[in-house]
Amino acid sequence: MAGLTLRNVGKRYGALSIIQGLNLDIHDGEFLVLVGPSGCGKSTLLRMIAGLEDISEGTISIGGKVVNDLPASKRELSMVFQSYALYPHMSVRKNLAFGLQNFKVSRAEVERRVADAARILQIEQLMDRKPRQLSGGQKQRVAIGRSIVREPQLFLFDEPLSNLDAELRVQMRAELASLYARLGTTMIYVTHDQVEAMTMASRIVVLRGGKIEQLGTPQELYTRPQNLFVAGFIGSPKINMLQARATRGSGKTTVSVAGMPDFSIAELPTEDPALTLCVRPSSLRVGNGDVTGEGTIRLVEYLGSETLLHIALSSGQVLLASDNGRTPYRMGDPVTVGFDLSELHYFDSAGKRIEPTQKESQVQ
Amino acid sequence: MRRFFARNAPAYVFLLPWLIGFFLLALGPILASLYLSFTRYDMVSAPRWIGWGNYEYMFTRDRRFWKALQVTFTYVALAVPARLIMALGVAMLLDKGLRTIGLYRAIFYLPSLLGSSIAIAILWRQLFAADGVVNQVLAMVGIQGASWITDPDTSLFTIVVLAMWQFGSPMLIFLAGLRGIPRDLYEAAEIDGTPRWRQFTRITLPLLAPVIFFNLVLQTIDSFKTFSSAFIISNGTGAPADSLLFYTVYLFNEAFKFFRMGYASALAWFLLVIIATFTAIAFFTSKYWVHYENERD
Repeated sequence: MAGLTLRNVGKRYGALSIIQGLNLDIHDGEFLVLVGPSGCGKSTLLRMIAGLEDISEGTISIGGKVVNDLPASKRELSMVFQSYALYPHMSVRKNLAFGLQNFKVSRAEVERRVADAARILQIEQLMDRKPRQLSGGQKQRVAIGRSIVREPQLFLFDEPLSNLDAELRVQMRAELASLYARLGTTMIYVTHDQVEAMTMASRIVVLRGGKIEQLGTPQELYTRPQNLFVAGFIGSPKINMLQARATRGSGKTTVSVAGMPDFSIAELPTEDPALTLCVRPSSLRVGNGDVTGEGTIRLVEYLGSETLLHIALSSGQVLLASDNGRTPYRMGDPVTVGFDLSELHYFDSAGKRIEPTQKESQVQ
Repeated sequence: MRRFFARNAPAYVFLLPWLIGFFLLALGPILASLYLSFTRYDMVSAPRWIGWGNYEYMFTRDRRFWKALQVTFTYVALAVPARLIMALGVAMLLDKGLRTIGLYRAIFYLPSLLGSSIAIAILWRQLFAADGVVNQVLAMVGIQGASWITDPDTSLFTIVVLAMWQFGSPMLIFLAGLRGIPRDLYEAAEIDGTPRWRQFTRITLPLLAPVIFFNLVLQTIDSFKTFSSAFIISNGTGAPADSLLFYTVYLFNEAFKFFRMGYASALAWFLLVIIATFTAIAFFTSKYWVHYENERD
C-alpha cells in the first residue's frame, strides 16, 4: 500500500493545457474518487499517475518516491480500464496470469494468486472461457481480477462501470466497495457519475477544466459545497439555484428572492449585492418552512420511495422538491413551498461559497 | 418459370455484360484449356487427343519442368515471408501515428502500383547489372559486387528483393489490421510490464492472425503466378542456367515460343492444382493458429 502525492502537476498538449498546477495528497489506504464532467482532465490525470501519459510539469510521488520518469510497470500499480482491455484470444485464466509472468513470479505463486482472485471475484467456473463468452459484468470481474493478482500498492480504475447496465452497475459498485474493504489498498477511481463517487469514496476530488474545484468527503461536498459548480454537480436530484439580492443593514443582511418574501440573515461577508441561493430538493418543504412562498405544481415524478415535484413560483422560477411520496399531488395543484434558513447555501456572484457570520436569521 | 423471368429480366439485362465476359472470356477458355491439356496442339493443325500424354511427359521426362518447379518453390518460400515481414514492419512503423501518415502511405504504396510493371523490371535489371547502381554503391564502400543477374547463384535473389519492394498492398491490409487492435490492450500490457517483444508475439501477432492468414494466402497465390519480373530480367529465357526459369516463364515459352499449346495447358492446370493445394493447406491449418474475434463456439 502507498500514498500518493501530486505537486504542481500539469499536462499540456501543445498550446492546450489539460491540467494546471494540481496539488493533491492521497492517503495510504484511501479510496479517492476523481469526478467531473467530460473533458475535465480526470482520465488524463489517472493516466499520468499510471505512467501512460508523460507529465508536462510538477512531480508525482508514490509511497514517497518520485515516479515521473518511472515506466508504468515499475510504479507497482494496476489499472482497470473502461473497455476491460481483456486479451480476446486468451482464456480467463491466461488473462489473469499474463501480467504476472513478466515479474518473475514462480509458477506455483501465479497459480495461487490466480486461484485467490478467482475465488474473491467468484469467477472460478469461468476460468477456461474466452472473453467473448462472458457477459459485461463477468468481463469486468476478470478485469478487476487481473489487477488483484498483481497485488499492487495502488489500484487505478478508469470509469470501470460505464459499460454496464444500470442494475449491474449498482451491484458491481457494492462489490467494489466490499473489495476495497477487504483489501484496504489505496484506490483511485475515475468516474463522471457522482452517485458512484458519493457511494464509494473515502474522499472525492471534483475536477473542472483541469483544476480541483473541491476536495473532501462525500458528506463535506454534499453539505458544504465550496462553489456553485460543486453544489450543482454533487447531489441527485440537482440542487435548486435561486438568484437573489442582498441588502446590507446594521448587523444583518436582507435577502430578496423573486417569488418569495424577503428575509433577513446575519451579515454576509460580501459587498456584492448579487447572490445565488441554493437549496437541495430534499430540504425544500411543501406546506411549511422558515421562508415560504406560493407556487403551482408543474410536474409530478413518482419514484416510489419519493416523489419529485416541479413547483413554479409566481416569478416563473421552477423549484424541484422531493416529497416522501405519500401525498397524492397532481399537476396544477397550488402549493406552499418553503425552506429552513439553516438549509440554505449562499454563493457570491463569482460562485464562491459565503457564510453568514451568525446563523441567527429571521423572516421579515 | 415465366414469372421468374418476367420479374428478373431487368436484372439479367444489367448482368449481361458480365455474363458475356464470363462465359466468353473466362469460362470458355478455362474449359478449352482443360480440353487442350489432353491434346497435342500447335495452333496450326487441329488439336489431337493424346489422353494423359502431356501429364505423363511432364512428370516423367521433362527435366525443365522440375527445374521450373524448383525455382518457383524456392522463390515462393523466400519471397512470401520476405514481403510479409517487410509489409508488417513498415505497417508497424506507420501505425505509430505519424502526422503525415497519409503521405507516407501513398509513397510506400507506390512501388506496388509500379512493381509489376515492365518498366520497373527493366529498371531492376539495370540496378543489379554488373556495372549497375548497386555495384557502384558497393564499390564506394570498397566492396566488389557480384554480377547479380548473370550469376545463377544470385539471380533469383534479385527478384526476391524486387518482390520485397512490392510490399504496399499487404502493408495497407496489415495497417488496417493493426489499427483494429485496441490501444487499451497495449496499455494494460505496459502496466503489467510486458516487454515490447512479448507484446508483439503475445498480443499483436495473435490478434493480427486473420489478417496474416489473408495476406499469406493472397501473396502465396500471387507469388506462384509471378511472371513479368522474371521474364524481363531473364530476357524471357529463364537464364542464367535456368536459374530464373519460373513456372510461368516456362509455361509462356512452351505456349508462345514453341507453340506447344496442349502441353502449356497441362502446365497451367497443374499450377492450378499446386495453388489450390497450398490454399487448402493454409485453410486447414488456420484453425490452429488463427483467432477470430466473433467466431462461434
